[in-house]
Amino acid sequence: MEQTVEFAPASGVLSGIWLLVAIPLASAAILLLLGKRADKWGHWLGVLSVAATFVLGLVFFLNLSGLDAERRSAQISLWDFMAVGNLHVDFGLLFDPLAGVFVLLITGVGSLIHLYAVGYMEHDPGRRRFFGYFNLFVAAMLLLVLGNNYVMLYFGWEGVGLASYLLISFWYTRPSAATAGKKAFLMNRVGDAGLAIGIFLMFATLGTTQYDEVFGNVSALSSTTVLVLGLLLLLGAAGKSGQFPLQAWLPDAMEGPTPVSALIHAATMVTAGVYLIARSHAIFTANTVLQTVVVSVGALTLLMGCIIGAAKDDIKRVLAWSTVSQIGYMFLGVGLGGGAYALAIIHLLAHGFFKANMFLGAGSVMHGMHDQVDIRRFGGLRKYMRWTWLTFMMGWLAIIGIPPLSGYFSKEPIIAAAFERGDWTSWLYGMAALLGAGLTAFYMTRLFVLTFHGPERYTEDNQHPHESPFIMTVPLMLLALGSIGAGWLMSTSVPDWLEPVFGAEEAPHEAVLSHTLITILSLVVTVLGAGLAWAMFRRGTALEPQPAGVVVTAARRNLYTDAINEAVFERPGIYLTRALVFLDNKGIDGLVNGIAAGIGGTSGRLRRLQTGFVRSYALSMLTGAVLVVGAFLAIQLGWLA
Amino acid sequence: MGDLKLPGIDYGALLPMLILFGAACVGILIEVFAPRRSRNVIQLSFAFLAVAASFVAVVAQHNTRKITIGGAVAVDGPTLFLQGSILALGAVSLMLIGERSIERGGPFVSQAAITVGSQKDLKQAGDQPGATEVYPLTLFALGGMLLFVAANDLLTMFVALEVFSLPLYLLCALARRRRLLSQEAALKYFLLGSYASAFFLFGVALIYGFSGGIALSQVHAAVADPQRSQVLLYGGLALIAIGLLFKAALAPFHVWTPDVYQGAPTPITALMAACTKVAAFGALLRILYVAFDGVQWDFQPVLGTIAVLTMLVGAVLAITQTDMKRLLAYSSIANAGYLLVGVLALNEEGLSSTMFYLVAYGFSVLAAFGIVTLVRDADGEATHLARWAGLGRKSPLVAAAFTFILLAFAGIPLTSGFTAKFAVFGAAIEGGQTWLVVFGVVTSMLLAFPYLRVVVLLWLSEPNESTPTVSIPGFLTSAALVIGVVATFALGVVPAPLIDLTRDAAQFVR
Repeated sequence: MEQTVEFAPASGVLSGIWLLVAIPLASAAILLLLGKRADKWGHWLGVLSVAATFVLGLVFFLNLSGLDAERRSAQISLWDFMAVGNLHVDFGLLFDPLAGVFVLLITGVGSLIHLYAVGYMEHDPGRRRFFGYFNLFVAAMLLLVLGNNYVMLYFGWEGVGLASYLLISFWYTRPSAATAGKKAFLMNRVGDAGLAIGIFLMFATLGTTQYDEVFGNVSALSSTTVLVLGLLLLLGAAGKSGQFPLQAWLPDAMEGPTPVSALIHAATMVTAGVYLIARSHAIFTANTVLQTVVVSVGALTLLMGCIIGAAKDDIKRVLAWSTVSQIGYMFLGVGLGGGAYALAIIHLLAHGFFKANMFLGAGSVMHGMHDQVDIRRFGGLRKYMRWTWLTFMMGWLAIIGIPPLSGYFSKEPIIAAAFERGDWTSWLYGMAALLGAGLTAFYMTRLFVLTFHGPERYTEDNQHPHESPFIMTVPLMLLALGSIGAGWLMSTSVPDWLEPVFGAEEAPHEAVLSHTLITILSLVVTVLGAGLAWAMFRRGTALEPQPAGVVVTAARRNLYTDAINEAVFERPGIYLTRALVFLDNKGIDGLVNGIAAGIGGTSGRLRRLQTGFVRSYALSMLTGAVLVVGAFLAIQLGWLA
Repeated sequence: MGDLKLPGIDYGALLPMLILFGAACVGILIEVFAPRRSRNVIQLSFAFLAVAASFVAVVAQHNTRKITIGGAVAVDGPTLFLQGSILALGAVSLMLIGERSIERGGPFVSQAAITVGSQKDLKQAGDQPGATEVYPLTLFALGGMLLFVAANDLLTMFVALEVFSLPLYLLCALARRRRLLSQEAALKYFLLGSYASAFFLFGVALIYGFSGGIALSQVHAAVADPQRSQVLLYGGLALIAIGLLFKAALAPFHVWTPDVYQGAPTPITALMAACTKVAAFGALLRILYVAFDGVQWDFQPVLGTIAVLTMLVGAVLAITQTDMKRLLAYSSIANAGYLLVGVLALNEEGLSSTMFYLVAYGFSVLAAFGIVTLVRDADGEATHLARWAGLGRKSPLVAAAFTFILLAFAGIPLTSGFTAKFAVFGAAIEGGQTWLVVFGVVTSMLLAFPYLRVVVLLWLSEPNESTPTVSIPGFLTSAALVIGVVATFALGVVPAPLIDLTRDAAQFVR
């Protein structure tokens, strides 16, 4: 498929898009550099900077929508970032429809979560530091989506990784938080290395990392190159988005403060992988094997996430596994290609709303329940937290896909698209997506019922459930509104909006089932799953883990993925490092020290030749002279030749 | 007797040398007639003036390319560049030589035979600004160096060699502190220097026998003629080379260097390390590039072996030195090895990179020895390494400057040491001498150890009772240090202007 990709240079208001990155970055710098002097007002600066970025983003977005569809993009080049040999990388930004929706998501949801965090972190002595990191994250995330080449993307990619690491380990005195931060960092390294090598490969084969030049020349590459390049990018995407096989870090990342879980590990950063694949759609659609791999990763992960999520009792971990599972849907979408790209982006945006909504709701529950996270020890909270209950309910209904809430409009089309893939695999991926919908309904209902309904099962006497302050419930309400309405709104507008990026929708393959049937089926499994959960858990549950069958035990242990990681990577890794340390100590150090000792000893002995007597100096000069003259004459007479 | 025809003399081209020699003679008269109190100021100002005037004369004829005074002197790109370098480095050396505020009476003593610490000695230190003869002597030495790099026949070269060597022998003996060491060093330098001069002269005789002339162009022409005696050619070349290798402190003719560098008054050590090196390599370049380029395949391996030996000796022996001045002496020996690598590239790039290296190294080594003059205790300079422990805590600024210079010697980027080494190694690879570069890199690594050991000593040791105080440098020493450090940094960051200058100058006339 030959295609030319061109981005129009920015003009007018749009030439100020660099401000989107600069404002939160400046705010982060102020918060982190001023130190304690900024403690009193720092959090408000943090909120203000993101809110201002949102307003700016909205202005740019409206400006962009005023342009013709063909020229709907704005590119600026700030300076020459790297110039080494043939490699030229601009510090360039691109504001196009895809980047535009991401900017609105990041800054919009980001503003609400920042506001919420003012209340949530009120009693934390590190609140200013928290907002500094939070602003840093927003700046890096915006750079990630706004870069106009892969190196800029990588720059932002590493920036969000850093912010994520800092925020997961925010309470670094807790061993579990420190370990979780390290785990996230290490697993992300694996993915990042893939992305980095992918970018190297891009430069090696195409000589550029600029989006327009890369996408325009993909057709010149051999299909093997495209496959390898795509797999490397996919590895990066899987690492950042918690997809199989690099999913294990994401649930542990919930050790960070809840606003972090909501913004970074649910709404924005973890969707960077989806962004990467959507942005690189020219590469991914160029190779069908590649698309199949992406779809498989998505389908597998979405099922894994559902199964494990159903067996967890920690409110935030259930939500985390649900995030893994929902991003699996998005990968499924981008893997299907064609019109499903837009569907995946819609699901991503809708998910940003309802998942942030539920995470903040979970935070509100924890706030009122003395930081208790075990859903078996909740129950009947709807009486004490009306707003939290009501808003959480919206999120719950949205994620399981009850019409007319947003999840219905975003998830159901992906299921339908999976059935339209065109051959027998339609059944495979379609059924997986359908099963996932039923399981999602089951475990989300379980979570909702155990938390807000049924008998009260509070274990500590001093727990007095109470509603959170206004500053925390207002963002909840706004996000709940998003959970309700965003899906319908976007499903009608976003596909057209994104058409300049992904191209016109191709005619879908013949569906193996009719669309109406799929809709009905998905609603049926959803209601079934939810009803089953309601019936099972409306009377509460035991406080301790119960004996369970093979599947549940496996799910409680994350389907043994941690054990596999430990056995396959961690232990051999530890043995390898031990072996290397041994080699280093005995072999290399021995060699180095031996050489050093040898040279030192030589030096000590040679020093004695420097006797201080002129006669011996003269003798050594004479010897040298005889040797030099002798060497010249030897050469002349052919002795050495 | 027929008519004696006088050769044409271009006084303009000779002006830099004439100025220095004239000023040196006038300096002796000043020594006689100027009142004792103001003698130092007059001599110092006059010497600066002479060097400055000579420098202006060099710059003024930057486009001159000619051979004058009967073929004895060649004024061409390398001559002018090296003369300018010698004058610039000489001016900075003069600042160190002229410093009188660090020590009563300055670093030089006029009546060295007086018992140290006696009443007479105290009186001598109080009465006089030291030996002001050092200024005319320095001017003679600098003038001789200018002639040395311009000499276009072997006898002129020999005369120039003696003209700049004799004042240096004298200057070495004049230290106020550790007088016996200083006098011993001077005597050693004189004896071994004479020995080396004898080699040189013998070599000149053999070459005269070989080519029937002493002008470098005649030698060049004779080398191309296979009918002549090759034994004379190679014997002469070897002996001439030995004389020059001695001055440049290349192994195995380096043996005098540590003793002389240690014993000589430190400002004179600085002068020798910076300017003598330029002069010696200037002459070596001219001999090899102009006269003997026809047999380069024959002398390349021999001199290459000497370069390797020099780098190894300098690097290996630097490791166990315990005296700062000896350490710097071995460092300078190793640097002579790197310079020879540049010379042996035997292409235009080799010529220009060697000249660049000479300037870069000269400024760094001046700053290094300048700092050595500052670290003192009651007995004068405290040169034992152990005494420098913890200096970074007591005098961070001086220690930081010294650290920077050491990093430059070690060839760390952002210093002139890096760009200079890069230039000579690059030239050598281009000239097909990769094996020399391999040894150069390995020995650079070895040399990093003694340098970094000093850095560790400066910063990571606790200062103790015996850590000497750092004298507050007078204006002249401060200026010298600033010039040395700034030049080291500037040539490391923006080397291009000077490299361009050396490239423009890299063409000998024959």
